[in-house]
Amino acid sequence: MNTIDRIIHRNHKVSSKDVAKDRLKVVLVHDRINLSPGRLEELKEDLLDVISAYLEIDYDRIDVSLTDTNRQSSLTAQFPIIGVAYQQI
Amino acid sequence: MSGTVITITSGKGGVGKTTTTANLSAALAAQGKKVVAIDADIGLRNLDVVMGLENRIVYDLVNVVEGACRIRQAMIRDKRLPELYLIPAAQSRDKTAVSPEDMIVLADALRDEFDFILIDSPAGIEQGFKNAVAPADRVLVVTTPEVSAVRDADRIIGLVEAERKGPADLIVNRLRMDMVKRGDMLCTEDVVDVLAIDLIGVVPDDENIIISTNQGRPAVISNGSNAGKAFKDIALRLTGNNVPFRNFDQNGSFINRISKFLNVW
Repeated sequence: MNTIDRIIHRNHKVSSKDVAKDRLKVVLVHDRINLSPGRLEELKEDLLDVISAYLEIDYDRIDVSLTDTNRQSSLTAQFPIIGVAYQQI
Repeated sequence: MSGTVITITSGKGGVGKTTTTANLSAALAAQGKKVVAIDADIGLRNLDVVMGLENRIVYDLVNVVEGACRIRQAMIRDKRLPELYLIPAAQSRDKTAVSPEDMIVLADALRDEFDFILIDSPAGIEQGFKNAVAPADRVLVVTTPEVSAVRDADRIIGLVEAERKGPADLIVNRLRMDMVKRGDMLCTEDVVDVLAIDLIGVVPDDENIIISTNQGRPAVISNGSNAGKAFKDIALRLTGNNVPFRNFDQNGSFINRISKFLNVW
């Protein structure tokens, strides 16, 4: 987490309020859309199943995340596609 | 004259809704406004005790709604201020004794006579909350700078939007600058950043609040407490004055006013 990394490098100590703020941000993102972290994992797997049926995906570099800006939530998903040259025929 | 109905809510219990309602009511009355405070926490009434009017209850909100008395009969006049009244909650009933429509009818009956109608919401998200926000023209959400309170405030902010009463304004209560400076408490900016609604006030943690509740004398009536000053500032913002947010020193007392505005009213 960015904030905690910054605090560690600056003070060699994590302030509890920065931990609180980071935790709150994560919790609220899930609360606001009524999707628990567990359900998000299930969603990721379902997405992967669907996309894999059409495209060859680089599993290790998949990124699926929830963000919230000014009370507007978004689900962002990146599925890097393995190029044709690398696919086994 | 058409009065403004303001509901004070929070989600989490114990963060200062009743204290806020009592103090804002008194501060607005001290500005010369005609104010009625309504305790919507049926079954767990406390606004009467915080305002020091508990010995004068004859009729209550449920009596009014059920037609057992006229509105006037349930209103207790606070003799310390020119035009401040309380309609207490019932203690031996529960939130289902009143409906949101009942609250709208009552508020409409009061609007012609009063400048401000302040409604103290119960904690929670069920019927009591719905009753309290139903007649609201604006909603104030109270939170403390703690994880649980902020999380619940967020939920309430969402529900206020869903009830089409949003956006709410935020009051951060019980801020401790000593802990903020040590990095052990979320600061106001952190809370505003996370909740993403406009800030209308910050109230420092203040022993005088307990003393004022002990005495049944809202802090804004006695001069000098930091919390009292903060509540007076909020009351001024509610009447359209642009009051800068105060700066706190280590002990939580005000050292100077800063001209930094977080928002403009």
